[in-house]
Amino acid sequence: MSGFLAVLVVVLIFIVIFQIAKASEYVSILKGEKKAREQSNRINGFLLIAFLVLGLIGVYWCNDLLKGKILGESASVQGEGVDNLIYVTLIITGVVFVLTQIALFWFAFKYQEKEGKEAFYFPHNNKLEIIWTVIPAIALTILVAFGLKHWFQLTSEAPKDAMVVEITGKQFNWIYRYPGKDGQLGRREFSKIDPAKGNELGVDWTDPLSKDDFIPTEMHLVVGKPVKMIIGSRDVIHDVGLPHFRMKMDAVPGIPTTLWVTPKFTTKEMKEKTGNPDFTYEISCDQMCGSGHYSMRGVIVVETQEEFDKWVTSQKSAYDLANPAPAAPEAPKADTTQKTVAANIK
Amino acid sequence: MSNEATLHSQQEVMHGAHDHHDHEHHHEDNFISKYVFSMDHKMIAKQFLITGIVWAIIGAFFSVLFRLQLGFPDATFPWLESILGHWAKGGRISAEAYYALVTMHGTILVFFVLTAGLSGTFSNLLIPLQVGARDMASPFMNCLSYWFFFLASLVMMASLFVQTGPASGGWTMYPPLSALGDASIGSKIGVDLWLTSMALFVVSQLLGGLNYISTILNMRTKGMSMTKMPLTIWSFFFTAVLGVLSFPVLLSGFILLLMDRHAGTSFYLSDIFIAGKALANEGGSAILYQHLFWFLGHPEVYIIILPAMGMVSEVLAVNSRKPIFGYLAMVGSLFAICILAFLVWAHHMFVTGLNPFLGAFFVLLTLLIAVPSAIKVFNWITTIWKGNIHFTPASLFSIGFVSTFISGGLTGIWLGNSSIDIHLHDTYFVIAHFHIVMGVSAFFGMFAGIYHWFPKMYGRFMNNTLGYIHFWVTLVGAYLIFWPMHYEGMAGMPRRYFDYTNWASFNQFGPLNYFISIVVIIVFATQLLFVFNFFYSIFKGRKMTTMNPWKATSLEWTTPIHAGHGNWPGEIPEVHRWAYDYSKDGRDFIPQTEPIGPNEATH
Repeated sequence: MSGFLAVLVVVLIFIVIFQIAKASEYVSILKGEKKAREQSNRINGFLLIAFLVLGLIGVYWCNDLLKGKILGESASVQGEGVDNLIYVTLIITGVVFVLTQIALFWFAFKYQEKEGKEAFYFPHNNKLEIIWTVIPAIALTILVAFGLKHWFQLTSEAPKDAMVVEITGKQFNWIYRYPGKDGQLGRREFSKIDPAKGNELGVDWTDPLSKDDFIPTEMHLVVGKPVKMIIGSRDVIHDVGLPHFRMKMDAVPGIPTTLWVTPKFTTKEMKEKTGNPDFTYEISCDQMCGSGHYSMRGVIVVETQEEFDKWVTSQKSAYDLANPAPAAPEAPKADTTQKTVAANIK
Repeated sequence: MSNEATLHSQQEVMHGAHDHHDHEHHHEDNFISKYVFSMDHKMIAKQFLITGIVWAIIGAFFSVLFRLQLGFPDATFPWLESILGHWAKGGRISAEAYYALVTMHGTILVFFVLTAGLSGTFSNLLIPLQVGARDMASPFMNCLSYWFFFLASLVMMASLFVQTGPASGGWTMYPPLSALGDASIGSKIGVDLWLTSMALFVVSQLLGGLNYISTILNMRTKGMSMTKMPLTIWSFFFTAVLGVLSFPVLLSGFILLLMDRHAGTSFYLSDIFIAGKALANEGGSAILYQHLFWFLGHPEVYIIILPAMGMVSEVLAVNSRKPIFGYLAMVGSLFAICILAFLVWAHHMFVTGLNPFLGAFFVLLTLLIAVPSAIKVFNWITTIWKGNIHFTPASLFSIGFVSTFISGGLTGIWLGNSSIDIHLHDTYFVIAHFHIVMGVSAFFGMFAGIYHWFPKMYGRFMNNTLGYIHFWVTLVGAYLIFWPMHYEGMAGMPRRYFDYTNWASFNQFGPLNYFISIVVIIVFATQLLFVFNFFYSIFKGRKMTTMNPWKATSLEWTTPIHAGHGNWPGEIPEVHRWAYDYSKDGRDFIPQTEPIGPNEATH
């Protein structure tokens, strides 16, 4: 019933607007085309300048309202470069934005049609055109130079001492794998994937390097220590999005990718910095991956080296979990993952 | 010049023959040949436009539906269940339905509305009229172009009604998600129908595009050298070139996808474990599809925006009563955009693991596009400077176009720089950027074109007051919707999320999403007002009493109010000057057909 009323109200508003519009059309015919045009010119000219003024105020106000929500300081060393580049770009594009919008709406307002006025025949001017070809070209060169400098830093080889974490996307959660004490990950083969036997990643158990790898449910990182993520996918394309670190990389089946970052603040520090006791570093999936895409959330805990070491010792190796001593309960790990999937799909 | 003379004499012969032909069949014009399988470019233009409008309503309505989910994630709307059935159980859209709506919204708006509806309409309407031709080079191909589009529309429409729903992997249809029915319910028959529809669409675009190019190159009237053409024609020309060169690549990508789906090939598939088993496919590259897709996908955004640019240039010049500033620079920048359009596709793929060294070139070339774009913006602003501007709905939409093109173009400089893209990629910042720069802007160009050339199409005017209301609500609404999204994107809020409530980083934007959704509903309602105005005015609009209501110089206004097939009842007029002699030598405007005076300087 209320839906019907809402539709009725909308239809009524439509009819009223339409009748007004029709009436004003008749009035303008009665008044004569010229007079009607003068009037609509005045009104629209005023609205254009009002839009400019209110719009610029609105831009400022919107910024004031929302600037506190855009994650604050970068939580990674690499992200600082990204933020700096954003500021430089913001200043350049911001100045251009304000100047061109003012020119556009101001000219439109100022040069509206007036009785007896004649437009200025001004078909071209080479000097002007060269100026506004060269200036943007210079500004863009600066931006390209800054941008590429950062780009090559961001995409450079990870430092030798970086810790390694493997992160694999699947519909619809992330699987992390740490190399264990030997610092090297065991071989993987997608055809060996067998969730029923606790082998979500298809690790080749015959590879001795795989024996101490462990697969936790959260990613733990050490503050101030570079981490190299080896990114892969088991099914469709996903994307490891790390908004607080200003980082992102696709997870493509069959083609491993990498990224590396150096976290600057522990989770605890971020809780204090943001004043938000529930603060969590989140991994968002940033590439459409199916109906559960929106629920593909991962959690990163950034902590001190001591806390991290303690956490590592508490982890059981995936090999031990998947290949228990005979008659031991079957692969609890696999069960939990499947439950998560079920929960996510819901 | 002898070459041109020969060309034109041949053309005269052709036109003569055509006239005769017309005359002969004049009395046999029945309903079918006049309104359905018409070969008159003006009628085909109207067919494209009206089909485009129907699609636009559907596509925009889909956005209202998914904005309801985003703005009111906890609310239920029982009427949704009445129209969507099990896709909205209990009045709340399911995730599957949400993704189907998002995908269809993108596909419909990008291809069916802003490609077919925009360049299909105005290339067809204006090319013969403005270059001085009786019709397209091949009216039959032109007719086929529309009907292939219509078939594509039917198939796409049908896909909305199949049991497993339409394609739902995003309008870019990335495999493996789109290749595997097990990966998503929408990737079952929905994707097959989507691919079929798009293949038909590509055929339509090629038939149309080849026609536009050959008409512009070969069928210009006497005296209409390329540099005397209005900028609209230049923009349609480059649009057609872009389409003809890039759509086949898209089709090839689709064919490979179809083979991966049904023929057991592994072009895009490798190392996949899905639905409890490992697939046999090995060695394919999911990234290959993205290269093929974006090789069209990027030119596609220029296919959308160039016609709008051309029409805005024309409308601004006419209504400022001033020549367009820097005509040759405008043509040159269109050309530069057209070339660069083919060299920047991988900027959509900075975070796919693309070689960073290769990425660097795409950064450079992408930011380079800002130069011709800046030239265009400055030239538009200079065009209205010291003008004598008439604020018709068309000229207001043109001013709005320049405004949104600036706003959205500048954020392109952010995203084109890979180091910023690495943070903003696939967030709401991207949504804001491309909706403003190619969604809103292209629509503004389209609206400008519709309001401006409506009298040429139907011999009547649209209601001005409704036009003004339409413009102001849409301009303000578009900024209110998309401007705050930049902030959501800066916070890393990913696009294509059904629900943000479980995310500590993104659920803070709940109230903002609510606000945006409310504005979306208002703006959508206002578009319906426009649609009403459009159809009402076809039958009841104020009648056109003079041939040239805007006092424009170009050739289309030398045709009779209700021009028949063939456009000019007598000879095609000869052209002596460019299309932008406004306020020259103390005269308000000088039509292109008027010879250059003895003491007159040419531009």
